[in-house]
Amino acid sequence: MKSLPLSLLVGSGLTLIFIIMAGLSFVWTPYDVTALNIDQKFLDPSLLHLLGTDHFGRDVLSMIMVGTRNAIAVSIIAVGIGMIIGVPLGLWVAGSRMNGGSFFDEILMRGNDLIFAFPSLLMAIMITAVFGPGVINAIIAIGIFNIPVFARMTRGAAMGLWSREYIMAARVCGKGMWRISYEHILPNILNLLIVQATIQFSIAIIAEASLSYVGLGTQPPMPSLGRMLNEAQTMIFFAPWLAYFPGGAIVTMVLGLNLMGDGIRDVLDPKLRQRKGQDVVA
Amino acid sequence: MLRFISKRLLSLFSTLFVATIVIFLMIEVVPGDPAAFMMGLSTNTEAADALRAELGLNAGVLERYFGWVTGMLSGDFGISYTYRVPVSGLIFDRMLVSVPLTVYALILSTVIAIPVGVIAASRRGTAVDTTLMGVAQVGVAVPNFWFAILLVLLFSTSLQWFSAGGFPGWEAGFWLCLKSLTLPAISLALPQAAILSRVMRSSVLEVMNEDYMRTARAKGLSERQALLRHGLRNALIPVLTILGLQFSFLLAGGIIIESIFSIPGLGRLVFQSIAQRDLIVVKSVVTLLVMAVVMITFIVDLAYAVVDPRLREGSN
Amino acid sequence: MKCLLQIMMIWLSGICASFGQNTINLGLQLEPPNLDPTSGAAAAIDEVVYGNIFEGLVRINQKGEVVPGLALFWELSTDGRSYVFHLADGVKFHDGELFDAEDVRYSFNRARAAGSTNAKKYIFEPIVNIDVFDPLTVMITLNHARTDFLFNLGLGDAVIVNESSAANNAFNPIGTGPFKFDKWVRGNSINIVRNDNYWGGAPSLVSATFKIITDPLSAYTAMMAGDIDAFPNYPAPENLFLFNNDANFEVVIGLTAGETILATNNKKAPFDDILVRKAMAHAINRTELINGAMFGNAVPIGTHFAPDHPDYVDMTELYPHNLSKAREYLKDAGYQDGFTVSLKLPPPIYARRTGELIAYQLEKIGIHVEIENMEWAQWIDQVLRNRNFDLTIVSHVEPMDINIYANANYYFGYDNQEFQKIIADIDESSDPRLTSELYKKAQIKIAEDAVNGYLFQLGKYGVWKNNVRGMWDNYPIRSNDLRNVYFEGGN
Repeated sequence: MKSLPLSLLVGSGLTLIFIIMAGLSFVWTPYDVTALNIDQKFLDPSLLHLLGTDHFGRDVLSMIMVGTRNAIAVSIIAVGIGMIIGVPLGLWVAGSRMNGGSFFDEILMRGNDLIFAFPSLLMAIMITAVFGPGVINAIIAIGIFNIPVFARMTRGAAMGLWSREYIMAARVCGKGMWRISYEHILPNILNLLIVQATIQFSIAIIAEASLSYVGLGTQPPMPSLGRMLNEAQTMIFFAPWLAYFPGGAIVTMVLGLNLMGDGIRDVLDPKLRQRKGQDVVA
Repeated sequence: MLRFISKRLLSLFSTLFVATIVIFLMIEVVPGDPAAFMMGLSTNTEAADALRAELGLNAGVLERYFGWVTGMLSGDFGISYTYRVPVSGLIFDRMLVSVPLTVYALILSTVIAIPVGVIAASRRGTAVDTTLMGVAQVGVAVPNFWFAILLVLLFSTSLQWFSAGGFPGWEAGFWLCLKSLTLPAISLALPQAAILSRVMRSSVLEVMNEDYMRTARAKGLSERQALLRHGLRNALIPVLTILGLQFSFLLAGGIIIESIFSIPGLGRLVFQSIAQRDLIVVKSVVTLLVMAVVMITFIVDLAYAVVDPRLREGSN
Repeated sequence: MKCLLQIMMIWLSGICASFGQNTINLGLQLEPPNLDPTSGAAAAIDEVVYGNIFEGLVRINQKGEVVPGLALFWELSTDGRSYVFHLADGVKFHDGELFDAEDVRYSFNRARAAGSTNAKKYIFEPIVNIDVFDPLTVMITLNHARTDFLFNLGLGDAVIVNESSAANNAFNPIGTGPFKFDKWVRGNSINIVRNDNYWGGAPSLVSATFKIITDPLSAYTAMMAGDIDAFPNYPAPENLFLFNNDANFEVVIGLTAGETILATNNKKAPFDDILVRKAMAHAINRTELINGAMFGNAVPIGTHFAPDHPDYVDMTELYPHNLSKAREYLKDAGYQDGFTVSLKLPPPIYARRTGELIAYQLEKIGIHVEIENMEWAQWIDQVLRNRNFDLTIVSHVEPMDINIYANANYYFGYDNQEFQKIIADIDESSDPRLTSELYKKAQIKIAEDAVNGYLFQLGKYGVWKNNVRGMWDNYPIRSNDLRNVYFEGGN
């Protein structure tokens, strides 16, 4: 067996670290993140507080652990929404187009164009202006923009498969559109979906950070990486670690996910290798 | 070709039409209104009611929708509820800041990304390639607002090369403005440059496998010569597509960066208008941004169709 | 030779001019929505125009005292109902129109008319008559004596405007003040220039620019880079010590009229029970709030009154921080197991930070607080208008606003006849000593009833270059009156 690509090793290593940190935070953090202790504010990183403390005397490492957990949870659900709605939509319109109807396909593609045309951060801000800030609305705001990504991708890949011979054969056997989609098409595009999901996941992490940076994501006292950065802004002149560590955590986590995505792609489908990087644009 | 264009135009206008409805409805359901906002903690509901009437907020839904759309078609975006000046003027003033900032950021990102992409591609598999693409991977992962904070720490606080606040206004001189836009432009450019260099690299790799490149090399040109003379132009096409999309993305996506650096751009205008419920400004700006994206997509599609006739048939 | 001398003179005067700075850049965190102080309640409007562009009959100085404005002096009838104002002569509006008694009548009639958009219409409600005796004398008659009337006339909502320009004041303000409006680059800066014809003697500054710096990060770097000469109210108290350590800057920590309170929905269970409110009052640790949220830069209050006011009563020791007492009260109220409430927080940083600390403090006595951060528009809609809230934190920045507790329909819903009587007596009173006694009584009453949690008086954090003189130390009202501002070592 050929050795695994470096990007996959490094990427999954980094991702694993964050998953462990996030998982650990359910049962243990060095300090309680909701306990405020003003006497302990702005402590430099030390053995007692590995990453220092913030303006309320909270332990930054503990906050990053819980913040990571929240970011991962939000991203998984948001990307999940995108896949659960987007993939069937894509399969459906591809199937119906291949079976003669292009009406729904037109509608879907126009809908896609429409969503893509809206500036995403602005829309997220609008959504929270309507429903109020909070983690659920952040998930919705991020999730909505994931739907067209998956729908478009699934549709494209599925249409390519519909003209293959074995699908033709299945059609001749009288299998219905949904059955073919489920039995023959979905398994064949799974690789693509996994790679895309990894990329969308890393985009969602940054989106969550941006939203909570402007105060619209996870609400206090639950820590979030973006809000930590926002709160740190006026304190970086005397407590720069408050900006370094949460930001560093975001970067490392996203980097890990992207590397892992690239790695998976290389392993699953070497042909795709060349197109590396193109999907990161959205 | 004409059929293709008319079909595309039709879908462009239908998208825009639906977009105005979506935007309008969204604005309708936003709770709170500018009159209440402007009265603050005052107990005087009578004054808020009077203000609401003065601002024309009491008209019916349909009346306001058609008033807004027909107004926009004739270039009249209405009067801002809070500033009490024409919205078009407000938007224009902000464009004078946001467009240069976006262009500046795109120039920076292109200037970085194209050489990086070309070098990485032409040295593919080497340590140079791995390093450059590794750096690009990190660049993609950096949230631009965090990068902005780091830039402020380094350049404004430690080195004191740039002040990180405000915009002097174009009448203060070009260089002064350029200077004040530099840190924001760099913050916006970095993640874009990282993405762009990856696209550039794969695009160059793809082009190098094309037949005409093989021919060129068979004629005795070195790989680099072949690339520079024939390949680069073709490799740039996907890059241009992405640049087009990035332009509209950055125009609106500068919200956070604009507020970190206190720059009076379009993003901050919308952000503030949402907070103050100056919704007439919000809907106009969002419509303009949507229009920009739709137009750019249209132009890109058109360009592709010109380059590749196959796309004209069954373009979906 | 003579020519050379002249050149020398010009050169020297050039040097002198460069020594004497006479333009100032001021930092402003919130941009005013418009520049008309008689419409809307935004404090940011007054921060730019009050005392600079617009003036009223009387003016409020930085100590909160009423001093002559466009009225040089006045007489009060013995029944306290009629004021005769004697106006300054030769005053012109910035557009050249002459100011006279008719403008006073017009301004006040406009403010009290039906359909007026004046946020403080109540100021003008006692007026029954405005009589113009001659162009420089005007008599205002009230339905009964009101001790606060003169002070109210000094507020930004009661400035004198001109009929021909009033409609455009939102974007082209025309007043009588020492500075004229010059230019407003929206989202960026507002520029005002000296009114050389100012009737009270032109100010020493030639021009002033209010730069809008929304972000505390750029506020700091802009100060450090010297782009801003003075930040009248610096947005981040945690950075003040950095300026204090820097000899180039002067930091002046003053007071605002902003009582920061944990506003409590008195009409809603369980807060309709005074025992619950007392329990909360005992659970609040003001020292921790001030250290944690304001970095030590605020003054604790025990009631809804400015601590620098002569009538202020210190009630902070009425319910001292005492958790066991707090738990006892909760138990007496039947909530020994605690309960869950929401805390709706508006955007200002003081509210958000104090909110997190309050939630933590109340948790200790078993009150579980769920924080909901919201925009002002949402806050006004939900909390202020629809009273759909349990707790909130907000600073009431209006001066002398204890009378809001007499309004049973105000958002915190305090409906107490005894208190309403006190305020009614204040309104009727024309005896300053009695008024002062009544104000004290009112403060004690709301403190005892623990209507809201009284936390601290918001500070005014002035930061300016060490050669700037004449800035206001305090914000008795929101004003950056620049008439006395100059640069030390200037001309």
